[in-house]
Amino acid sequence: MGKHKTPMLDELENGPWPSFVSDIKQQVEKGKHILKDAPDDLLGVLEMSYEDKVTHWKHGGIVGVFGYGGGIIGRYCDQPQQFPGVAHFHTVRVNQPSSKYYTTKFLRELCDLWDRHGSGLTNMHGSTGDIVFLGTTTDHLEPLFYDMTHELNQDLGGSGSNLRTPECCLGMSRCEFACYDSQEACHQMTNAYQEELHRPAFPYKFKFKFDACPNGCVASIARSDMSVIGTWRDDIRINQEAVKAYVGGELKPNAGAHSSRDWGKFDIIAEVINLCPTNCMCWDGSKLEINNAECVRCMHCLNVMPRALRIGEDRGASILFGAKAPILEGAQMSTLTVPFMKMEPPFDELKELIEKVWDWWMEEGKNRERLGELIQRKSMQEFLRVIELEPDPRMVDEPRSNPYIFWKEEEVEGGWTRDIEVYRTKHPR
Amino acid sequence: MPYDPSNPLQDRITDIGPRYFREFFPPVIEKNFGKWEYHEILEPGVLVHVAEGGDEVYTVRVGGCRLMSVEHLREICEIADKYCDGYLRFTTRNNIEFLVSDKSKVKPLIDDLKGRKFAAGSYKFPIGGTGSGITNIVHTQGWAHCHTPAIDASGVVKAVMDGLFEEFGSMNMPAPVRVSLACCLNMCGAVHCSDIAILGIHRKPPMIDGEWIDKLCELPLAIAACPTAAIKPAKSAGGLKSLEVNGERCMFCGNCYTMCAAMPLADEVGSGIAILVGGKLSNRISKPKFSKVVIPFIPNEPPRWGSTVAAVKNIVDVYAKDARKYERLGDWAERIGWERFFEKTQIPFTHHLIDDYRFAYTTWRQSTQFKF
Repeated sequence: MGKHKTPMLDELENGPWPSFVSDIKQQVEKGKHILKDAPDDLLGVLEMSYEDKVTHWKHGGIVGVFGYGGGIIGRYCDQPQQFPGVAHFHTVRVNQPSSKYYTTKFLRELCDLWDRHGSGLTNMHGSTGDIVFLGTTTDHLEPLFYDMTHELNQDLGGSGSNLRTPECCLGMSRCEFACYDSQEACHQMTNAYQEELHRPAFPYKFKFKFDACPNGCVASIARSDMSVIGTWRDDIRINQEAVKAYVGGELKPNAGAHSSRDWGKFDIIAEVINLCPTNCMCWDGSKLEINNAECVRCMHCLNVMPRALRIGEDRGASILFGAKAPILEGAQMSTLTVPFMKMEPPFDELKELIEKVWDWWMEEGKNRERLGELIQRKSMQEFLRVIELEPDPRMVDEPRSNPYIFWKEEEVEGGWTRDIEVYRTKHPR
Repeated sequence: MPYDPSNPLQDRITDIGPRYFREFFPPVIEKNFGKWEYHEILEPGVLVHVAEGGDEVYTVRVGGCRLMSVEHLREICEIADKYCDGYLRFTTRNNIEFLVSDKSKVKPLIDDLKGRKFAAGSYKFPIGGTGSGITNIVHTQGWAHCHTPAIDASGVVKAVMDGLFEEFGSMNMPAPVRVSLACCLNMCGAVHCSDIAILGIHRKPPMIDGEWIDKLCELPLAIAACPTAAIKPAKSAGGLKSLEVNGERCMFCGNCYTMCAAMPLADEVGSGIAILVGGKLSNRISKPKFSKVVIPFIPNEPPRWGSTVAAVKNIVDVYAKDARKYERLGDWAERIGWERFFEKTQIPFTHHLIDDYRFAYTTWRQSTQFKF
């Protein structure tokens, strides 16, 4: 039995989906966390929010560890007398390993560390990908950081106006669609830019995300200032025998993803050929042909017939810039900027590009202006000049429909300086 | 040497980054890195990946709560030790994956997972979240930990996932349905490209804490933070420097509150939920697209958020019945037309759903092609 009555939260123990309330109660009963009252008081203050329908957390103050400007987010409760266990309840962001594989040994070490220095509650994981330690007091921050770096060989993630903790899909570790090593790229970029990650010097947050194919399992195109999305530029490899096996019903289409419902017999024409966005495929009853030059690599045919079709062998990534959620100027998705880049360690070409982008954004960006907003304000053309890239029709869905071209003086023969008196010799007033 | 509070910078280690991910690979993953040939979903929540040399790895995916105790994590470790040689992983959507290379361990693992329940009866490890089903909801902190939310997050997700439990454990949908929740417009969870987005919004302009605002905030920063220039300098009743908000221009984004704690806007009746649908971010068949607002407001209804759960279920049910195989929710709505979407879902179309922000014109219909 906890300290507080929580009749509303108790309702969330019902139903089949895992109950976070039951889990917190289990921590209250069994947990060895040092901030003894924290889980109990968290339930208490959450119940109060359920009654009031408003949060009871205040704006965070500036807390952190020496030398870092990010990684810890200050959090205070506005009812500290009633809920002293969460009066100070700071968040610690711990940089997750690429694509979140763990050994139980390491996970237990994290649990032990957090028992010694916090509430025993976590997020596995936060929206940006970090392991989140949820709730501790300021006096625990330095010892926690010391133990984490010394004993676990592990660092904090990002917060504030800095490089946020990069994130990637599971890539080549367990996926046949991976066009580059998204995990290695994520890890190497994270390590190359530790300064940017820990010491905020940017106009606002900056996110890298690495998807190894256009299926986009980490949503990089929607939520990262720089989206690196795997692709290939040669031909899809076809195993004609396997295609026939799909058509003949021996192999389950779409890797069995529709199997709970009877959708009828697999129909390659309706389900693959006719759904191809560029109509670049044909099936004559015995042979599948793909006009690869017209393929836009949407992944549909590969997803439907993974045993018959495989990604090409000349692989790399497309680089897109500027995605963000709505605050401030409305939501944006990333814009295709580099159609293709080879992605091999140590990723020097990518680093060069990143640094050009950052130099410009740090020079020109206003306070709290995301890269995507800066590109809109200063123009795509300006962005391309800065990163020294030639314009390419692949960068647009269509050319502009308004004729208001901002010609530069040097683009116009003879420049802009003219003599009105000369003009008047032919065109009297 | 343990940490010495009198000399905090002694032996300091910084900027070492995360642990190298390959330390944590199960042997079968390490051995077949980059050599996977194909995969198959054997049943909802259970996948097999097959490598070029014939090695197999079986994955059992279970739903997890993002808000998780270390006691629960230790139980996950115990399971991974018992069946998976001490390895596991988490997905980007807060699922947990248990990986085994020995097929004979799959069934005992599944049976074990199914048998584990919390004291009050909910499953600890429901199996599913694969293929054309509805996987776990990515979400934000809500009332459990955040200062700007309009709604709770974990509680709403729990209620909605209880409602979608069958869909989590099966693959009955025409295509994957990604449900996401963000508890305010900041969208830590970036829900703007989801098949169904549950979004916390405010509807009352910020209050001004007039006696404190000049002490707590940089007033010019708060003024500059407003996207619609609705904030201007003013004097408080006591003659102190303060701010004034033009309510008619306020779009309730809360950006001023982010900059200035003396401008709170959350409210018992003003804050609640908007539902957006039809976004996607994969490039499969159609291009990635934004979610569109189809229900402008649902009140906060703790603890079970009945109206929100019903609204999500309704949209899912109508879509599942009407859409074609492989058709994402947004592609379906575009094919049948949004007028049909509102007709079939019986969601009222109100003036709130017509865009009046920047670039609004691009979403109005400039055509005589419409359906009666």
